[in-house]
Amino acid sequence: MLQTLKKVGMQKFLAFGALIIIYVFFAFTGKNFTSTATTLNILASSYYVGFLALGATFVIITGGIDLSLGALMMASALLGGALYRDMGFPLWLCMVIMVLFAMLVGLANGILVTKLKLPPFIATLGTMMIMLGLGSIITNTSSKYFPTILEPDGWFIRVFFKTKSGFPVGAVYLMVFFIITFIVLNKTKIGRYIFAIGNNEEAVRLSGIKVNLWKGMAYVITGLGVGLGSILYSATYIVVIPNTGNGIELQAIAAVVIGGTSLSGGVGSLTGTLIGVFIMSILKNGLISMSLPAPYQTFFTGIVVIGAVLMDVYRNKKANELKKIKA
Amino acid sequence: MEIPLLEMKGIDKWYPGVHALKKCSFSLLKGEIHALVGENGAGKSTLMNILTGIIPYSSGEIYLNSEIVVFNSPKQAQIAGISMVHQELNLMDNLTVAQNIFIGRESKGLFLNDESINKRTGELFKRLNFHIDPKEKVGNLSVSLRQIVEIAKAISYDAKIIIFDEPSATLTDVEITQLFKIMKELRSTGVSMIYISHRMDEIKRIADRVTVFRDGEYIGTQDAETVKIDEVIHMMVGRIIYEEHKKLSKIDKDTDVVLKVENFSSFDVKNVSFELRKGEILGFAGLIGAGRTELARLIFGADEKLSGNLYVNGKKTAINSPHKAVEHGIGYLSEDRKRYGLVVGMSVANNIVITKLKDFIKRQFINEKEITKITDEYIKKLDIKTPSAQRLVKSLSGGNQQKVIIAKWLLNDSGILIFDEPTRGIDVGAKSEIYKIMNNLAAMGKAIIMISSELPELIRMSDRVLVMCEGEHTATLNLEDINQNTIMKYATKN
Repeated sequence: MLQTLKKVGMQKFLAFGALIIIYVFFAFTGKNFTSTATTLNILASSYYVGFLALGATFVIITGGIDLSLGALMMASALLGGALYRDMGFPLWLCMVIMVLFAMLVGLANGILVTKLKLPPFIATLGTMMIMLGLGSIITNTSSKYFPTILEPDGWFIRVFFKTKSGFPVGAVYLMVFFIITFIVLNKTKIGRYIFAIGNNEEAVRLSGIKVNLWKGMAYVITGLGVGLGSILYSATYIVVIPNTGNGIELQAIAAVVIGGTSLSGGVGSLTGTLIGVFIMSILKNGLISMSLPAPYQTFFTGIVVIGAVLMDVYRNKKANELKKIKA
Repeated sequence: MEIPLLEMKGIDKWYPGVHALKKCSFSLLKGEIHALVGENGAGKSTLMNILTGIIPYSSGEIYLNSEIVVFNSPKQAQIAGISMVHQELNLMDNLTVAQNIFIGRESKGLFLNDESINKRTGELFKRLNFHIDPKEKVGNLSVSLRQIVEIAKAISYDAKIIIFDEPSATLTDVEITQLFKIMKELRSTGVSMIYISHRMDEIKRIADRVTVFRDGEYIGTQDAETVKIDEVIHMMVGRIIYEEHKKLSKIDKDTDVVLKVENFSSFDVKNVSFELRKGEILGFAGLIGAGRTELARLIFGADEKLSGNLYVNGKKTAINSPHKAVEHGIGYLSEDRKRYGLVVGMSVANNIVITKLKDFIKRQFINEKEITKITDEYIKKLDIKTPSAQRLVKSLSGGNQQKVIIAKWLLNDSGILIFDEPTRGIDVGAKSEIYKIMNNLAAMGKAIIMISSELPELIRMSDRVLVMCEGEHTATLNLEDINQNTIMKYATKN
């Protein structure tokens, strides 16, 4: 019992500890890092990655991976933009379609992985490329614009990005999404089965559970995160450019891994993922506050990912030794 | 005549190119414990997988209470009251005991109620008289406790028919006794059980009837009380078994000591010392968790030791990695062949030469011709049953896989071989072949350590037996003192 407690506590502590250390580091070395403006920036730059990462946590816990996150988010945003600008759809309907589209592609991923038995890496690599292409095809490779503040639908930015007073509302949605996904993962059957599948899929199947259904569900949930993320992305950047968005999926996956979710499945936490998202966001803004250009962010994120996984490996080793001493 | 609770008639199963079951029948009475025996590949597991709806069958009928039933999924079989304790532990490590037992049967709605399943699990264990915390993560339990969780899970379905697929392979004697007690209690409440086992002595202890399968065919059913074990074995293998007991040890005090272990300690092993002589088979006896495998892994350099000295051929040697151990001619044949012993997705030839690959390099290229030549030699020498050296190891039977591992270490010219549970999961016929090979190796002058949880095979094979209990070395028995009672006495520290 004691060691179980220790194990859970330790994992959260490590990621959270890293978050604090990085924050304190930049508070001392960065310019105006603790200012309200920077804090708001940290929140603002975390949320669409946050939606992707929270969703992706589900798939990764099943032992799968989703590489289509970034490309799908862009495709979904481009689709929404095209419907709004070119077809004259009302904005609310565009948003609904964006979310449904992303969930549908998530479902397609799920079917490829479960019914058609493709390895998740290959299946979602394929969807990633299809989405990259599709985004350009439906927009004729032209950028799509969501309404600016001055347009009649100017509420879009106010509701989904920043209020008039500059408060990043997106962060609130991220928290709401976090709480909902947290409940789904930890308090419902869906979550229990997703963990169980990641642990031992065959055992779950032999227990008479529809493995394909629940595993597919994980991909749909990931799609939901991506769809919501695409709305927030559109509200944040207004301009959506085809053929961009590469690498966003890797940022999301990095956040999941930093948060202590195992890529081999069966172990993971959304709290960890959220901390991972903030670690990356603090890193990004911290380096900016030190006047270091963007490539440094990618560079240091890489180091943090390796560091986080190393700590995890080391912690597991220690935990096993503790177990042995006790036994 | 009593109408059977369950009857399987004319069950036929074809895999592409393989006739796995040939018009097999099986019947089970209410409140009966029915042993199902046969070599690996005899079709027992296939038949049980068909019964529980895991795999479909080609033709035949299943009657439950005289009514035809068809199960298309494990769930349907469970609903009909049939559940199975699987051989490979089908548990989720990061879930708690209660979560594992009630997986798929959580509360009706979307939300979970862990309190209720913890309570029900607690009651279940109380009834079964096992003390396991329902809230403990399964990953923290020992192999035998996990097996008990698996059994509790099957029982919790209120099943009318429970299938046990070789549960004793991972249980200690004490736990087996307790399992049998539970089975007898279940029997008295009218539950029927099918018990699959490799251990002949268990049939007499627990079963009412015994059914034998061989090569996908139903051979016969006998009354367990009156049938002779030899007869059952004969039905299983259809041939005479190599059963020669060791009467005389050729090893004495003057034989060269090839391996000397001095004060070995780690977390699992407490201050163990012993000597191994040339041509000797030294048995390691003890219950599960006694530290035998752990000791073997220390010798092989697979784990770190806290203290102790090792002498190979009289010279003090520091072995801190398996690579070093191999260099000093020590070979380790793991208890978990598929995980640690073989690269199952590679060919027989590649597995055999894997540790000696550098000897088969000609001008920077791998000399496949030479490899095939050497491999064919070993296939012949050890009688490995494979169509060719290029066949993938995963398609061979357990016994033949074990022979591939033996060939690997022989090619490596290992003078000291550690066999860890060499016959686990291997059928009776192949077992005696392994014994024969081990005896031949010893006669050739190889020194062998044999770890086994099957006392009869330790008694049959060993020149001496080292007994361990909870990490401690409790006794070393000479040939004349080796018997079941003495070993058990030291293994349990009584």
